[in-house]
Amino acid sequence: MSTFDPKAAAKAHQHLHSHLPSEPALRVKSLESLVIERGLIAAETIDNWVEAYREEIGPKRGAKVIARAWVDPDFKARLLANAAAAIKEFKFEGNATGHLQAVENTETVQNIVVCTLCSCYPFSILGMSPVWYKSAAYRSRVVREPRAVLAEFGVTPDEEIAVKVWDSTAELRFIVIPQRPADTEGWSEDALAAIVTRNAMIGSQRVLDPRGVA
Amino acid sequence: MDGIHDLGGKQGYGPVDVHEKDEPFHADYEGRMWAISRLCGAPDWTIDWWRNVREHIEPVDYLSRPYFDSWMQTYAAAYICSGIFTPDEIIAGHTHHKGPPATPLSYDEAIETQRKSCLDFSLPSDGPARFNAGDLVQTVEFIDAAHTRLPQYARNKPAVIRAYTGSHLFPDDSARGIERGEHLYSVTFRAQDLWGPRANPKDSVILDLWESYLEPR
Repeated sequence: MSTFDPKAAAKAHQHLHSHLPSEPALRVKSLESLVIERGLIAAETIDNWVEAYREEIGPKRGAKVIARAWVDPDFKARLLANAAAAIKEFKFEGNATGHLQAVENTETVQNIVVCTLCSCYPFSILGMSPVWYKSAAYRSRVVREPRAVLAEFGVTPDEEIAVKVWDSTAELRFIVIPQRPADTEGWSEDALAAIVTRNAMIGSQRVLDPRGVA
Repeated sequence: MDGIHDLGGKQGYGPVDVHEKDEPFHADYEGRMWAISRLCGAPDWTIDWWRNVREHIEPVDYLSRPYFDSWMQTYAAAYICSGIFTPDEIIAGHTHHKGPPATPLSYDEAIETQRKSCLDFSLPSDGPARFNAGDLVQTVEFIDAAHTRLPQYARNKPAVIRAYTGSHLFPDDSARGIERGEHLYSVTFRAQDLWGPRANPKDSVILDLWESYLEPR
């Protein structure tokens, strides 16, 4: 049973700080050996979990949801009303999407998402979060100087555009609905999904390129 | 806890690396730690106790060691606190108490397990919600809990209730193993109220805050 004692946690970290090897890969290897020996997980399960995140559980899921919202106004209404429920239509629910909320960019609004206290992210719909999203630089600065951070991503919203920063302090998670590029009328959902990027769904990209992405 | 993790609004952390490669994991150990983290939690942990353990990483480690390395340390420390592994076992990478091998999950089973791990943190409160959308509020100035989700930058600040978002597990108690629900609100802060008159008057920061973090204004 856990102690739930912060002093015990601090003491454990101090001990680990002094005694664990320095190399991150060695530390994780050591923990992996331990949980496998105890029978908490099989090595093959770890392989398959990583493969699932490499192949399927990634930003392509979010892009499909956004493309559907662009072409289907009823779906978009469901997504904006309750994104956690709407993504179940695709079976995309999972890690950290139980209270997912969609926020929409407009001509006058740019949304951008952060977790200043840890690194909360809607994994099941956007995949693994980028390192920059978890970095001290992004977490510290984007709430205080969002326009300076956006500029580093090459995004310079007009002074009249409201920048809304969503700090994920509870179990709500956010996905940004970017604006559909004007010259994509008549495009198929698949073609539209191909131009939606991870950064646009976090909010660090504003304009999508209709010529597609690599 | 006013720890190193509470980074919002702190200065001196430099530019954001915007040239990161577009791949889920940049090293094998990152993906492996991610899998262990999703599948090897202990039944007695709460999400907030886990976060609180992570917050207690030595500050120099918190800022300098890679992200999934800090997760490894958090799991290791939380296992120690629960008596699941001893510090010596973690350092050695071997246990004296081996268990029967776990049944492997196939790729499809991994996908399905991930899908089923969608959690709902709703938990009823004792009384009715105190605030409504549009209400003017002030965040509390002092927090004495060892874990909280009211960041320092948003304390003792005026704000407006944007929406009521349900009654959810209250983190300050959940970190101590006590499962209690409290009303939760989406709360809008004007950037100028947080950072001063030089902030863009159009800009805002929205946080999800529990009722006991808020006072009427």
